Amino acid sequence: MTAETLLLDYGSGGRASQRLIAELFFKHFDNPYLTAMNDGAVLDIRGPVAMSTDSYTVDPLFFPGGDIGTLAVHGTVNDVAMMGARPAYLSCGFILEEGLPMETLERIVTSMGLAARESGVLIVTGDTKVVPRGCVDKIFINTTGVGEIIADPAPAGDKARPGDVILVSGTMGDHGLTILSHREGLSFATDVASDSAPLARMVERLTYETGSIHVLRDPTRGGLATTLNEIAAQSGMVFTIREEDIPVRESVRSGCSFLGLDPLYLANEGKLICILPADKAQQALEIMRQTQFGGDAAVIGQVLAPGDGPGKAGQVVMQTPLGGHRLLNMLEGEQLPRIC
Amino acid sequence: MNFSNAFKDPVLCRGLLDRLRAETDAPLRFMEVCGTHTVAIFQSGLRPLLPEQVVHVSGPGCPVCVTHESEIAAYLELAERDKVIIATFGDLMRVPGPGGKTLKSAQAAGARIEVVYSPVDALSLAATHPQSTVVFLGIGFETTTPAVAATIKTADRQGLKNFQVLSFHKLVPPALGALLSDPDCAVDAFLLPGHVSTILGTAPYNFVAEQFHTPGVVAGFDPADILQALLLMVQMRRRGEYAITNQYSRAVSDNGNPKARSIMYEVFRPADALWRGIGTIPDSGLVFTDAYRQFDAMEQQELTLRDVPNTPGCRCGDVLKGKMQPDNCTLFAKACTPARPVGPCMVSTEGSCAAYFKYNIGS
Repeated sequence: MTAETLLLDYGSGGRASQRLIAELFFKHFDNPYLTAMNDGAVLDIRGPVAMSTDSYTVDPLFFPGGDIGTLAVHGTVNDVAMMGARPAYLSCGFILEEGLPMETLERIVTSMGLAARESGVLIVTGDTKVVPRGCVDKIFINTTGVGEIIADPAPAGDKARPGDVILVSGTMGDHGLTILSHREGLSFATDVASDSAPLARMVERLTYETGSIHVLRDPTRGGLATTLNEIAAQSGMVFTIREEDIPVRESVRSGCSFLGLDPLYLANEGKLICILPADKAQQALEIMRQTQFGGDAAVIGQVLAPGDGPGKAGQVVMQTPLGGHRLLNMLEGEQLPRIC
Repeated sequence: MNFSNAFKDPVLCRGLLDRLRAETDAPLRFMEVCGTHTVAIFQSGLRPLLPEQVVHVSGPGCPVCVTHESEIAAYLELAERDKVIIATFGDLMRVPGPGGKTLKSAQAAGARIEVVYSPVDALSLAATHPQSTVVFLGIGFETTTPAVAATIKTADRQGLKNFQVLSFHKLVPPALGALLSDPDCAVDAFLLPGHVSTILGTAPYNFVAEQFHTPGVVAGFDPADILQALLLMVQMRRRGEYAITNQYSRAVSDNGNPKARSIMYEVFRPADALWRGIGTIPDSGLVFTDAYRQFDAMEQQELTLRDVPNTPGCRCGDVLKGKMQPDNCTLFAKACTPARPVGPCMVSTEGSCAAYFKYNIGS
């Protein structure tokens, strides 16, 4: 790459576009599907296929623990995995702002290439548009992922049953607090980092070894609390969660306390919620803890039929360390810092 | 000793709860006047554990909630002006004003509004935007006001000409006086605000005990703090004592923080103020002293507080006075939710309606 910044020419489809594709995308995403340079990719997948898409816009682009590129790969890989599938292929669309430093784009594409390899997926087709300055904020990325369903029956949000237990694969709130605390104007010191990570291998082992996962979901935007509420409502069950068993890093806890935020409503980008029958809980916990991104996994609660305890169908009830209880409700809009 | 966890210790708390249950021999209706207490009581799951005779009501303890409709209308009007950048703490963004307008909707319509975490951030904003006037929305109690006053003094020293503050600051003790003067007031004891008291100390509450024969306990925010405060209230009531006690001595000295108070009263002076649902309370707000009037957005931007009709159906006023539990309001969780709040008590994370909505399991 010789040009310092991105010009509108790079999205024109002409020679400048070709150079961008050859020198940047082929270099970092290298695979025969992509380098065949056809209008699309021909994929080889057997059986039912899961497909998921997501668009990524984040400020700042780079943060401790990851960047917009790792999110664009891990986020979609994880969404496909949560369907009980093994993610195999991604598409990738870039919308780039004129004047974006080429070095920034290359950093992002490099980390996308690494993230794809780490996740075991190939980026097989893509598109690049460059729009005039001010029409987007630096870079927007869309990725779509496909993968073969490996779970039978496949997990789904309405399959939580009385007697099931609820596990999380690690600490809550790391990503959300990292982004908030590194945004402009929030210059207090923290040692938190995003948990951006691919969960496909963990899902694969959980699926094959336990054989009976009822629900899999990654608690991204809205955090653990919002995601649990969605699942409880879909299943028509009451979830009982033990506050002291939810893993939260001390640095995240104190950062949140300072800012008036609740870590249970902050986004995670490398964690999953797994709901399965109680007799499989220990096995699932051990699998998570043996897997690369599940070291802090924990059993955090259980599924009750409405009427078997406090709370109505669709509610998440939090048991506090004191022995009391309260509602863990949905988040309404974004969390805002408070006055005192 | 790790203070941050010691007062959350479940064993300690269970012991205090047992004592509270054993010693409670008469009804105790206690009011907290700090939003952080409201949230702490719900969040810890304490409410369902309290003895039946101990009843918790929330008071006017959330600065966002007590901000009057006329004040909201004034800052919304200001936000629409060219060359004005509003700097505000985040909780105000969704507070609905007349016609349902909010700072968020004003922002979407083009107003320049920045959420800041500290008034000092507003100062940096003024320095980097010399063509505009940055107006910081001064809403809060004694806890945050000294920091605003110190920021104004800094702006004065730096000779910043494009920084102003809209002072809708309020004072806690006069509000307690107003509540207690209401013949319908049914509060047996006050859980007094820990944060505010770090500045005030305990003396400004003495009138609560002396004039109104009502005990009060300045308390911290962990479950053990609150339980110990309740135990002290029960014991005082049983002995027929009326006193102001400081449970939160690890943070609050009896004399408070005289330096912070002197900074606050160098920049501001007490004046009558409007409280939502309550009306005018004498000497319960803070306006600029003459020496700092060039920073007074009210004067410099030529704003006036207009009469704004009460929001129909909204009972925030009764909730703030402890006369009504939030879930008894006909709008609660129906027309009024955190996503579409009718009154401010549903907006602020520390508002009692929002706390009920978020944490209360319901029947």
